[in-house]
Amino acid sequence: MSAVQVATTFETVRTPDPASRPVKIHAAKVKVTYGQKEALHGVSIDIPEKAVTAFIGPSGCGKSTFLRCINRMNDTIAGARVEGTIKLDERDIYDPDLDVVELRARVGMVFQKPNPFPKSIFDNVAYGPRIHGLARSKADLEEIVVTSLQKASLFNEVKDRLNEPGTGLSGGQQQRLCIARAIAVSPEVILMDEPCSALDPIATAKVEELIDELRANFTIVIVTHSMQQAARVSQRTAFFHLGHLIEEGPTDHLFTNPLEQRTQDYITGRFG
Amino acid sequence: MTEATSSLSASRIGGSETRSISKLDIGLKRRYAAERRFRTYGLVAVTIAICFLVALFGSIVAKGYTAFQQTRISMIVNFDANIIAPDGDRSPAAIMAGNAFRFDDLIAASLQSTLELDPNDEDALYDGLDLLSKGSAPMLRTMIAKDPSLIGTKRNVDFYATGDVDSFVKGSIRADIPESQRLVKDRHIAIIQKLEKEGALRLAFNTGLFTNGASTRPELAGVGVALVGSLYMMLVVLVLSLPLGVAGSIYLEEFAPKNRWTDLIEVNINNLAAVPSIVYGLLGLAVFINFAHLPRSASLVGGLVLTLTTLPTIIIATRAALKAVPPSIREAGLGVGASKMQTVFHHVLPLAMPGVLTGTIIGLAHALGETAPLLMIGMKAFIVEYPTTPFDPATALPTQIYMWATEPERAFTERTSAAIIVLLAFLLAMNSLAIILRRAFERRW
Repeated sequence: MSAVQVATTFETVRTPDPASRPVKIHAAKVKVTYGQKEALHGVSIDIPEKAVTAFIGPSGCGKSTFLRCINRMNDTIAGARVEGTIKLDERDIYDPDLDVVELRARVGMVFQKPNPFPKSIFDNVAYGPRIHGLARSKADLEEIVVTSLQKASLFNEVKDRLNEPGTGLSGGQQQRLCIARAIAVSPEVILMDEPCSALDPIATAKVEELIDELRANFTIVIVTHSMQQAARVSQRTAFFHLGHLIEEGPTDHLFTNPLEQRTQDYITGRFG
Repeated sequence: MTEATSSLSASRIGGSETRSISKLDIGLKRRYAAERRFRTYGLVAVTIAICFLVALFGSIVAKGYTAFQQTRISMIVNFDANIIAPDGDRSPAAIMAGNAFRFDDLIAASLQSTLELDPNDEDALYDGLDLLSKGSAPMLRTMIAKDPSLIGTKRNVDFYATGDVDSFVKGSIRADIPESQRLVKDRHIAIIQKLEKEGALRLAFNTGLFTNGASTRPELAGVGVALVGSLYMMLVVLVLSLPLGVAGSIYLEEFAPKNRWTDLIEVNINNLAAVPSIVYGLLGLAVFINFAHLPRSASLVGGLVLTLTTLPTIIIATRAALKAVPPSIREAGLGVGASKMQTVFHHVLPLAMPGVLTGTIIGLAHALGETAPLLMIGMKAFIVEYPTTPFDPATALPTQIYMWATEPERAFTERTSAAIIVLLAFLLAMNSLAIILRRAFERRW
């Protein structure tokens, strides 16, 4: 079976949610090409609101590529081209009239490696609200910073050293600082690209706990290499393989009762 | 799969026991010898470099340090009103307007009294006057014009000795060579010794070296105009090349699409950095002077030409500094919804700043020592007056060194080395500034 046939005849296996949630992000036939190479061959998925959706799959399967389409981070890569439609609340995010800066304020992102700005902890969190003009006064800004740090369960650890550089924190604290920075601009969606892959198990547990808390207010999409993590934090899971979305469904269903042979093989560790 | 991996690694460990490292010749001796050899080469290279550096600086300082002192002859001058202002007009304009030679009479009178000469012995008087710089009479005139209250008083005045007398006092013209080949004759030496014994002739710090402009007389020549000219040029270069270079690099590195055209531009910028500077001088001559009709020999034109030579250096350094900023910082900025411009100016540029500053100062230091393009645009002119604006004619330190190096007098030889010392001090000061600025802008990660 050649790659072209796969691309044209492919059908994703879907299992609907038992408790149906409203759709936040709707993607249809999303293809991404880097130069001549097609990295994503038409992915369609509905991502529910105020829930954690995990993307799993082996390296190079296109899960990060798809994640970066949702806030148009692929725009920054020379030669990347995106086809198909992605809608956020019924609005096409690749519409030329849509402002990409506004989109990124609505769709925050946390990266694989903690990347705080080389500034103070306070300024790290305050940067987003400042450039978007979200705070009317200094007290307002302080309140945003404090609540964001609290929501990221970091406040108690750093409340005495808000003016110290964010780069001086430990890896796990830095990642939670990045999450605080993302939620300070009150986004609707938070994209997380393997947020725990550079962290130790204890820091990972803290971040996972935090993700679980954040789901009450935000729609979260998380890319992860760890199937255990996907099982722990997500409500829905999507399995990517070689640029295709193979199967998606409620997390417990996908891990206990996968419908596709390849999903079964991956979660049982037969390839990876 | 995990089982398979562990059994594989177990068999590897088992295998290594049978061919243990200690029993095999893995060339450890050879490897250490290679490392020792390499270290020795490095040490030898550094030692040679230090020797050359010491020799270079040593010879420059040895030749030049004497120029920081100068022979002065101090005499009591009677500011005779009848000679200075015979018509009674004591205004500075009237003093400056008259014939400067009348002030020679003042000098002659004080020389006669200092040396206790017979008033009728004209030869002895002229021998004495030979020792004094020919600039002495104009110096007196300027002094009186500045302060007319001197008229009618008696004051001690420090006169400059001529360059040859200066060289003799410092020992660079030796007394043991035959008189016919010597620039300072026996009769002059007698007067010098007499003045020395009286304490009238002595060595003093040569402030004129830093304040005077060009002169054909070495004792009156200084790098003042060249210093000001070089300073103006550095300002022009800094003001033009820093913003242009940094903005250009930011555009090319962060905003411009990566295609064949930008590749071509990049290659050309790298090539421009290697273009001989005299070619920039020709370009400056054609564009700034012949076409734009900017004043010849002005520090503005020099600065413009040096900007052209400096821009590629700054652009290359800035682009390298921007490239070194990790992409995760750009992603972080864009991720919270900063625009591209905000990301670059709030996060990327501050992190690149130490590199940008280092590149700029290296570029400026390079421009400071640049000579060839300045010769092309006429900055080797004979400028006595200080330039007040960058539009006025000026010289630069390196061209001043070049001009003095071609003069035959002993006194100019030592001044050439002294000017090199001044130039090197200027460079050292700039490099220290670069280090301080880099420290100040450096941020910890």
